[in-house]
Amino acid sequence: MTKFQVNGKPVELDMDPATPILWAVREQLEMTGTKFGCGIAQCGACTMHLDGKPIRSCSTPLSQAEGKSITTIEGIAPEDGTLSKVQQAWISEQVPQCGYCQSGQIMSATALLKTNPKPSDEQINSAMAGNVCRCGMYGRIRKAIKVAAGIEESSTQETAA
Amino acid sequence: MNDTVEVEKPAKKKGKWTRRAFIGAGVAAGGALVVGVAVRPGNPVDSLKDIVAGGQGEELINSWVKIGADNVITAIVPHCEMGQGANSTIAQMLADEMDADWEKVRVMDAPADGNYVSKDALRVFAAPGFKGGETMEPTYDGLFTQISKLAGGYVTGGSSSVRSTGQNGMRIAGAAAKEMLVAAAAAEWSVPAAEITTDKSMLAHAKSGKSEPFAKFAAAAATQELPRAPKLKTSKEYKLMGRPMQRTDIPAKVNGTANFGIDGAPEGQALKYAAVKAAPIVGSRVKSMDAATAKGMPGVLQILNMGDFVAVVADGYWQAQQALNSIKTSYEKTDIDALNSNKMFANFGKALDEAGDDGGDSKASEGDVLGVMEGAAKKVEAEYRVPFLAHATMEPMNCTAWVRDGKCDIWTGTQVPLWARSAAAEGAGVGDDDVTMHSAFLGGGFGRRLEPDYVTQAARVAKATGYPVKLIWSREEDTAHDHYRPADISRFKGGLDKEGKLTSWNNVHCSTDEPAESPLVEFYDIPNVSVRNAEVEWPLKLGAWRSVGHSQHGFFVESFVDEAAHAAGKDPVEFRRELLAKSPRHLNVLNGAAKMAGWGSELPEGHGRGIALVRSFNSIVAEVAEVDMTKGMPRVTKVFCCVDAGFAMNPDGLSAQMESGIVYGLTAALYDEITLKDGAVQQSNFHDYRMMRMDDAPDIAVQIINGAPDNLGGAGEPGLPPAAPALANAIFAASGKRIRELPIAKHFA
Repeated sequence: MTKFQVNGKPVELDMDPATPILWAVREQLEMTGTKFGCGIAQCGACTMHLDGKPIRSCSTPLSQAEGKSITTIEGIAPEDGTLSKVQQAWISEQVPQCGYCQSGQIMSATALLKTNPKPSDEQINSAMAGNVCRCGMYGRIRKAIKVAAGIEESSTQETAA
Repeated sequence: MNDTVEVEKPAKKKGKWTRRAFIGAGVAAGGALVVGVAVRPGNPVDSLKDIVAGGQGEELINSWVKIGADNVITAIVPHCEMGQGANSTIAQMLADEMDADWEKVRVMDAPADGNYVSKDALRVFAAPGFKGGETMEPTYDGLFTQISKLAGGYVTGGSSSVRSTGQNGMRIAGAAAKEMLVAAAAAEWSVPAAEITTDKSMLAHAKSGKSEPFAKFAAAAATQELPRAPKLKTSKEYKLMGRPMQRTDIPAKVNGTANFGIDGAPEGQALKYAAVKAAPIVGSRVKSMDAATAKGMPGVLQILNMGDFVAVVADGYWQAQQALNSIKTSYEKTDIDALNSNKMFANFGKALDEAGDDGGDSKASEGDVLGVMEGAAKKVEAEYRVPFLAHATMEPMNCTAWVRDGKCDIWTGTQVPLWARSAAAEGAGVGDDDVTMHSAFLGGGFGRRLEPDYVTQAARVAKATGYPVKLIWSREEDTAHDHYRPADISRFKGGLDKEGKLTSWNNVHCSTDEPAESPLVEFYDIPNVSVRNAEVEWPLKLGAWRSVGHSQHGFFVESFVDEAAHAAGKDPVEFRRELLAKSPRHLNVLNGAAKMAGWGSELPEGHGRGIALVRSFNSIVAEVAEVDMTKGMPRVTKVFCCVDAGFAMNPDGLSAQMESGIVYGLTAALYDEITLKDGAVQQSNFHDYRMMRMDDAPDIAVQIINGAPDNLGGAGEPGLPPAAPALANAIFAASGKRIRELPIAKHFA
C-alpha cells in the first residue's frame, strides 16, 4: 500500500510500487490531465510535481511518492475557481495548439516560477528544454512564462466582437 | 493503333469558382433552428442524380448550424481539432455572417455518422421532435444523405478546413440562417425585412424600438422560404473575420480537462489495457511466440498472437507493456529482410539513371529544355536527397474499443472519423452502422491520423477479448510503425543564359507528387521546363506528412534555385525577383520576407541568411532563416516569415500555424531520418528521433499579406516547406557548405 497526497487529498493505492506514477494517477485515480508521451523521460508530457519539484511521472515509480505530495495539472488552479497566472498567460498568449504536451509544459513552467519568479531567457531554456511541443509553440511558451512572471506585457487576443 | 485521339478540352476558364448551395432547415427540439448547407463546386446541376454521380476531385462541403432556445449558436463542424484551430476559425466565419454574439457561439464535432448531414441528423443529435416535410428543399431529404455517403465526407487534411468548409459552407449556413430569422421577425413585427438589423445574436427594428434575441424567432424562421443564394458579406463588412479571436478549444487545454483519444472510456465500465508489438518488417508475420514469462506476470489477462502483431491485455497499461517486453517472437521471412537504406537509395539512383534527361513520367513540359540547355552559357547540376520521416505526434497512436452484442464503440482521435468507423467495423466484424464513434481532440495529427490502422487493431483485440480495451502504442511502436513521408532523390539540371537568367530547368525525382503541383515551378518565369518522376518501390508504408510532397520539393526546388543564383553570380533575392516578374503576389511575399529580415544588411562573422519561397495549398510563403555557424552544429537563430493566404480569417491563428510549420520543418531538416536496417526501421524514441526544443528553437516573426480576399489559402501546412531550404541556403551563405542531403546534423557529426 502506497500512501501519499494528490492535489492536497490523501490517497492510498494498492499496486505494484514499481508502477510509474503516471499510470497510477491516470488509471487508478482516473485523473487524465497528465499525458503519456514517450515512457522514457524524454518529452515531459507527463510532468507532475513531487513535493513541489517537477518529475517525469512516466519514469518515476510509485514507491517514490510514499509519504509525499503530488501535484498534477488538475491541482494548480486556485481553489476560488480562477486560473493560475501561468494558466491565464497560456490563454492570453494562445499557447496550445493540439494541447497534448501542455499539461507538462504548464507544470514545468509553474515549478520554474515558484523557485525563480523572474527567470532569464537562459533559465527558461534550461527549465523547459525537457518538454517537447511537437506543434512548436516554443516562442509562445517563452512569452507566456514572461507574462506570468510580470516581465512582459500580455499580447491579449480579442474575445468579444 | 487508333488515329483518332480525343482532343483535350480547353482548360476551363479560371477565375470565379462556381458553386451551388443546397440549403435545408428545420425545427429541432425546444424550438431550435437547424440549418444545413451542402455545396458542390463546379457547374450547377439540376438533379440529385448528377450530384451523386459527381466526378472525382470535386469537393462536397456540408455545414450545419443550430440556434438553441438559450440563444446559443452551435457550429457543427465536420472537421477534427488537432491543433490547427480551424474549427474555431470556421465558427468565427459562421458567427460573422450571422451577426452572432461570439461569446455565445459553441463548436461541436459533427458525429461520425454517414447520415449526419441528412434529415436523420436532426433526429439523431438535435431533434427528437423534428418535423421536416414541407419546409424542406424538395431535393433535400435524399441529397444530404447521398452526398455524405458519396464523399465519405469527414476528412481533416490538405489545409482545407477554413478555405473549403468555412468559406463555402459555414458562411452560407450563417447567412442563410440570418436571412430566415430576419424574414420571420419581419412577418411577426409586420415591418419590411430591410428595416431589420442584426447584431450580437439580436434582431432589432429601430423605428418601432423592437428588439428580440435570435432564439425567439428560431421556430418561425424554419417556416420561411429557404434562401437560394444568401448574400455573403464583402470583406469590408466583416466584423469577426480577419480578427484574432481567441480559440474556443484553448481553455480546456490549460487545466487538464481537454479530452483526447487516450482519455476516452465508456462510462462506468472498468477498462482493460493493451500493449502491442507489430511485426518489424512490412508484410511479415509472427512465426513463433514464447510468452512463458509474460503469462505469469502480474495483471496479465490475455496474450494474443494476432498474426501481424502480438498483444498483451492486462489490468494496467504498464503491466501489459512490461509483459509484452518479455515475449520473444520470431517472424516469417519477407522479400525485404536484407534491405537497408543505402541499398534503397541505390535503387532510386538506378531508376533516375534510367529516366535520364527525358525519360520517366512527365509532370510538366514547356519549351525545348534539352536544346536550350545545350546552348546555355552556364550549366548547373545538383542532386538532393531526403529521408523517410515519421510524424511523431505527441499523443502516440491509441484507441479504446468495446465490441459486444454485434456493436462496437470506439474512442479515438482521428482525422477521418468515417474511415475510422469502417476500419473499426472491419476489425470488429460488424457493419459500419453498428459502430459508434466517440470523438476527441487529437494530440497531433500532421497526416498520421489519416490512417486508422490502430483503430482496426483495437477493434480486433476488443473483439478477441470481450473487454472494453484501451490499446496504446508505445513511443517505440509509434516511431517504427508509422506511415512515413517518402524518402526521395531529386536531380536537377539548369541552364543560364549569358545575362545569368535561368532559361531551362530539367528535374527528375522519385516521389509520386502529392499534391501534383508540388514539384512544379510555374510561378517562376522559366521558359523551358521539364519535370518528371521515375517509378520506384518503397519498402515502408507511406502516408501524408504535413505539407506532403511540398516537404520534399520545397527543399529540392528552393535549394536548386539558390545554387542557380550563386552560379549566376546574383544575390538569391534579386535572382528570385527576376524569376517572379510575372507573379506579383509571390513577389510581394518574397519582398516582404526580405524586408523583415533586413536582407543585405551585415551579419556577424560565421552567421548567414538564406531565403526560400514556396506556394502550397494555395498560400504563398517566403521565409528567411538566420543561422549561426560559429559553434559547429548550425544553430537557427531567427526565422522571418511572410505569408499571403489570400485573407487571414484569424490572423493570430494563421501566424500560429506558420510558427508551428516552421518548427516542424526545421526539426526534420536539422535532425531527423527514418532509416532501414535488415528491412526494419532503426529509430525508436525521442533519443534517436530528435525533436527541436525550447533551447534550439529560433525566434520567429510572421507578417501577413491579405493579397486576395476571395481566394483563400490553407494555413496548417504552408509554413513548413520553405523552412528547410531557407536554412540550407543560410548555411551556404555563412559557410560555403552546400547541404544536398537531409538531415543537416549528419554533416556536422
